[in-house]
Amino acid sequence: MKEAVLGSPIICVRDLRVRYGEREILHGMNFEVSHGETVVILGGSGSGKSTLLRTLVGLERPYSGEVLVKGLDLGKASEREKSALRKKMGLAFQGGALIGSLTVGENIALPLLEHSTLAPSTVEVMVRIKLEQVGLSGFENFSPSELSGGMRKRAAFARAMAMDPEMLFFDEPSAGLDPIMAAGIDNLILNLKKAYSITMVIVTHELASAFLVADRIMVVDKGNIIANGPAQALKQSDHPRVRQFLDRVPDSDSDDDQVDHLRLYTEGIQQ
Amino acid sequence: MPAAKTEPFHLLVRVGAATEGGLAYLGALAQLTGRALLLLFISPLKRGRRMERAVHQAMVVGVGAVPIVSLITFFIGLIMALQGAYELKKLGAIQLVPALVAVAISRELGPLITAIVVIGRSGSAFAAEIGTMRVTEELDALEAMALDPMAFIVAPKFLAMAIMVPCLAVWSDFMGVLGGCSFGVTVGGFSITSYFTATRDSLVVSDVLTGIIKSFVFGIIITAVGCHEGFSTGAGAEQVGRSTTAAVVLSILMVILVDVVFTALFYVTGGLT
Repeated sequence: MKEAVLGSPIICVRDLRVRYGEREILHGMNFEVSHGETVVILGGSGSGKSTLLRTLVGLERPYSGEVLVKGLDLGKASEREKSALRKKMGLAFQGGALIGSLTVGENIALPLLEHSTLAPSTVEVMVRIKLEQVGLSGFENFSPSELSGGMRKRAAFARAMAMDPEMLFFDEPSAGLDPIMAAGIDNLILNLKKAYSITMVIVTHELASAFLVADRIMVVDKGNIIANGPAQALKQSDHPRVRQFLDRVPDSDSDDDQVDHLRLYTEGIQQ
Repeated sequence: MPAAKTEPFHLLVRVGAATEGGLAYLGALAQLTGRALLLLFISPLKRGRRMERAVHQAMVVGVGAVPIVSLITFFIGLIMALQGAYELKKLGAIQLVPALVAVAISRELGPLITAIVVIGRSGSAFAAEIGTMRVTEELDALEAMALDPMAFIVAPKFLAMAIMVPCLAVWSDFMGVLGGCSFGVTVGGFSITSYFTATRDSLVVSDVLTGIIKSFVFGIIITAVGCHEGFSTGAGAEQVGRSTTAAVVLSILMVILVDVVFTALFYVTGGLT
């Protein structure tokens, strides 16, 4: 709690280790997320940031350490306790993960119909509102396969927000989107932040959007947190890996490889 | 000398490991089935929405299979009649063809052929559907929305299959008899009425009933194997293909094994009379 907090901590992670089989992915992480805070988890591919996100919503079990979300230890919680907690969480997957056998509208209505006693007509109105929020009004009756990647992502946003959750988790919200669409997603996140003060955890490797939306940025590298602080402080960081990430410097060994390949390739063409 | 000693030991180890693997697989199937049935009985299809899904599934696995099941069992009945008549003619007992067809179809071939068609149509589809949902993170998404994939996807399938496979089997019995009848009327010198009368006289209730009981169990097995294979799909599209194949092969194997057990059981106890 040394960082500037906006409220009491809602997520506490202590010495978190996660393994896939014998391979350890996260090597002992410690951090907290406060009520109403927007935390961006920044990291390269394979850094363990998606695994971290999956652990925070209880899809992966910690190998050791604690993940406390609203006081509930996800490593020890029963399925029933986790279910109760998940009704207060929204998670938007990288690829959308919309249920293919349902229409877009049905996908967004799904949590509402299953977990609330709202009348179907009310649900219909709510679905329309949520879709409008993400700029997809009129697409209720489309099947997910008829949407583009970006639209699927936005529909997944709408679904994550359907239950008006206290916490929202986004996995790569703007990866693979064109700049206009990505800016739209950033705006959406900023609006959510302003209007509802939802706690948000966003995993991304897009620097621009990270600095735009984040209250705090955590940089994850090879399963360790190497920086954790306000966006401005991060920009001044002198940690070599953080600098490398922010300045977009490639790894030195892979750098050599690339140059060699490039030279071979171009010389080959010239001959 | 030590090689000679370790060789049979190795074999034992491998047999043991294979047995253990097989038992673990059966255990996993039983667990899946148990959980799905528990969900069906404890929270019986919340607010009709699960029921809707079960009805939708029943339409797909049951009603959708009617044309192909009809066609196949009609021809199986016809083949049975032809093959039977070939032998029976020598004994001058061609009037026994309706009985042969009726008993063979209702006790064995109807349920078995139905099960195999259902495996090809639905068992494989279950594995592919659930496997794809695993690959596209849809299963994780359901879980993240606090929806149990077991209740949402698996339970309606069990309900639909447990009801529709026996229904299909009864229908296939009828179509098989009809196939036999087409031979009897055109070649065997029966009239439609006399063929069906002969069929009715040769059948007892337990013939059809054992078929229905077997079909019910087949339906459960096909669903369990299909769903289990779907859930155990690894990452990547080719894994979906693997689980679909495994679902079909293992379902056929298990259906035949269960068929042997049931038939032996009915034989020993003298049927259900």
